[in-house]
Amino acid sequence: MSSPSLLEVRNLVRSNLRAVSLTLSASELVCLSGPSGAGKTLMLRALADLDVNSGEVSLQGVPRERMPATQWRRQVGYLPAESRWWAPTVAEHYPATSPALFGRLGFDAGVLDWQVERLSSGERQRLALLRLLANEPRVLLLDEPTANLDPANIEKVERLVRDYVDQHQAACLWVTHAPEQIERIATRTLYLDRQGLHREVPA
Amino acid sequence: MIHLSNFDLSLAALLVLALALTSTRIYPGLARQLLVAALRTAIQLTLIGLVLKALFATSNLAWVGLMSLVMLAVAGREVMARQHRRFGGTWGYGIGTLSMFISSFSIALFALVVVVGNDPWYQPQYAIPLLGMLLGNTMNGIALALDRLTQTAWEQRETIEARLLLGHSASQAVSGIRRQVFHSGLTPIINAMAAAGIVSLPGMMTGQILAGAEPVEAVKYQIMIMFLITAGAGFGTLAAVHLSVRRLFDGRERLRLDRLKQ
Repeated sequence: MSSPSLLEVRNLVRSNLRAVSLTLSASELVCLSGPSGAGKTLMLRALADLDVNSGEVSLQGVPRERMPATQWRRQVGYLPAESRWWAPTVAEHYPATSPALFGRLGFDAGVLDWQVERLSSGERQRLALLRLLANEPRVLLLDEPTANLDPANIEKVERLVRDYVDQHQAACLWVTHAPEQIERIATRTLYLDRQGLHREVPA
Repeated sequence: MIHLSNFDLSLAALLVLALALTSTRIYPGLARQLLVAALRTAIQLTLIGLVLKALFATSNLAWVGLMSLVMLAVAGREVMARQHRRFGGTWGYGIGTLSMFISSFSIALFALVVVVGNDPWYQPQYAIPLLGMLLGNTMNGIALALDRLTQTAWEQRETIEARLLLGHSASQAVSGIRRQVFHSGLTPIINAMAAAGIVSLPGMMTGQILAGAEPVEAVKYQIMIMFLITAGAGFGTLAAVHLSVRRLFDGRERLRLDRLKQ
């Protein structure tokens, strides 16, 4: 692939995970799969610098140590499998100027006034993705972002992320267990098991 | 002033004994705790009475200082013991103790030098009781706030991390918790000030009046003490919460619950 590399990871080491190295390039949508317990979530958390870890990680050639952690996490945006909300209404969780992506996932502008408590798990999951995209990250680390969605919404989310990655020259690492989803969206695949990170999903 | 004999004290002790006997049937363990605590009160206060008597006789700065440090050390231990999830290592003891030292000692010093203005300023009759009141109340505020802070951070770790993941700073990520915790640390003293004189007669003032002091003078002292205690507990709680929040996160603004002991 000729696109410039965006996220470079060399020898990422943390507890309960074999050292991993990988490169994500602009416009790539890489699907990551593997048995549960292999450390996919731990790897994403380390990439977002949320847990103690070591290794060389850089974004567009800039080592992460050279920027504040808050800035790193805005640019390397990690979406956990379970979303958490800290204020009563949806609007309070978004920056003042949030891009008008709500329509893309089937929400109208009124969603901002909704009470978080009354959201369904699917609504939470879609709104959490929009919340992350509002930061305009360069790299998306999505942990099973469509696990609670119906087929129509899965398709909307897949299309939104695909378009986002293209328009922003971003890269995405997408954790999923569904072979047909990998088939639909992946430009490349990675497979993580207890031995480490592999290029191919075993047959 | 009416002198209290040992017989008078044992009459009061009979009441506690009666309570202990009555409660054995409902909860034997509690009766035991009650008696042990009552015994401790009698022994500890008697000993401190003797220590104070000796201390007042010498009025020596070194002894007053040593006594203050012992009080601080004990209060520090007490704060630590009340934490369900305290920081590991010296931090568990250090944060509470340092915060109490900063607030109680500086406010006691201020009160002794500027407000009371004795000569010498460290006259133990004033210095020790004042510091004791400040430490006692600051200790309560700090213990309450720290316990709430670490407990809430533990319970809400995923919410805190959700904010960190969106690029919020550590300080933003705990802003709501910090507000709650500060509130819970200051609530006892705010309630005490609001109820003073109407619902409750504060212990110090009551003691003074019982011992024969002029009520208006006793009231003035009480007001001063309450203001000092409020400032001491408030600034102490602020310091303790500030230090704990710093320790809860590291340089890369990660939530470090691994620094807490189970």
